Amino acid sequence: MGWIGETVDSIKSIQIRQLLNQVISLGMIVTSALIIWKALMCITGSESPVVVVLSGSMEPGFKRGDILFLHMSKDPIRAGEIVVFNVDGREIPIVHRVIKVHERQDTGEVDVLTKGDNNYGDDRLLYAQGQDWLQRHHIMGRAVGFLPYVGWVTIIMTEKPIIKYILIGALGLLVITSKD
Amino acid sequence: MHSFGYRANALLTFAVTILAIMCALVSLSDNLNTPSPSAQIQVLNINWFQKQPHGNDEVSLTMNITADLQSLFTWNTKQVFVFVAAEYETAKNSLNQVSLWDAIIPAKEHANFWIQTANKYRFVDQGSGLRGKKFNLTLHWHVMPKTGKMFADKLVMSGYRLPEEYR
Repeated sequence: MGWIGETVDSIKSIQIRQLLNQVISLGMIVTSALIIWKALMCITGSESPVVVVLSGSMEPGFKRGDILFLHMSKDPIRAGEIVVFNVDGREIPIVHRVIKVHERQDTGEVDVLTKGDNNYGDDRLLYAQGQDWLQRHHIMGRAVGFLPYVGWVTIIMTEKPIIKYILIGALGLLVITSKD
Repeated sequence: MHSFGYRANALLTFAVTILAIMCALVSLSDNLNTPSPSAQIQVLNINWFQKQPHGNDEVSLTMNITADLQSLFTWNTKQVFVFVAAEYETAKNSLNQVSLWDAIIPAKEHANFWIQTANKYRFVDQGSGLRGKKFNLTLHWHVMPKTGKMFADKLVMSGYRLPEEYR
């Protein structure tokens, strides 16, 4: 009986109020990050408002690890714009420049051809088999802003998951053990 | 309260905030620049003009491009991407933009240039609407900054016309 009593006492000695406080502050951090992300989605109209450049196909303009801010407005797509698009059968979106646009007279639909600035040829080889043009629904957004290097954080974390777990563990420990 | 971790955190937060503000200010400073670029494009020759086996018109032409884009460069400019597009309207399409030539200008010293070139990308119509077609040649530029907002604009040059017959 004495042993059980001691255990109960030691559990009681953890201040419930403080524990709750820390859980809530952790929740606040997570939810505010979520709020910022969702708000950006609403403002920019793009399903992923920030993308990280993963390949060198737009060098020297965009290097691997740079961050692009996307915007998806109702404006028609025009040649020269840098768009982010998804190709059927490919998971990772591609960031390339529009080099040809054909906008239909009757329906207003557009056919778009893209090319990476650093690539020799256009993107028809990257598209799904038999696909010659991108349509509006393939395009997730157009790049409007640029921030160098910051994307390396996510590249390192996706390529070396260990670092991600260490970082999350350390942050979690810090939040739980902090006495403020 | 004044532990190492706390101070390190405060320092890091402050440094990142200052860096973000500086990036924003640098990007905003681009707005102070009012560029006045100039350009001229001549079509020297229609090299050939034919209908492809599956029915699309294709042209090959030689152009003479002269441009002065020096005023686009500011201290926040990494490069200027410049391209020439043929723009025209057909019965099928309300707008056709076909990029013919492009280049990356890495520095202000190279922004005043002159080049004679055939079209780098194929000038192919969707369909066969190019005979006797009037078209514009538009010089577009896309200013890519070291950080911040990207700028784009164009100069439209009109009055070009393709031949009535294939050759």
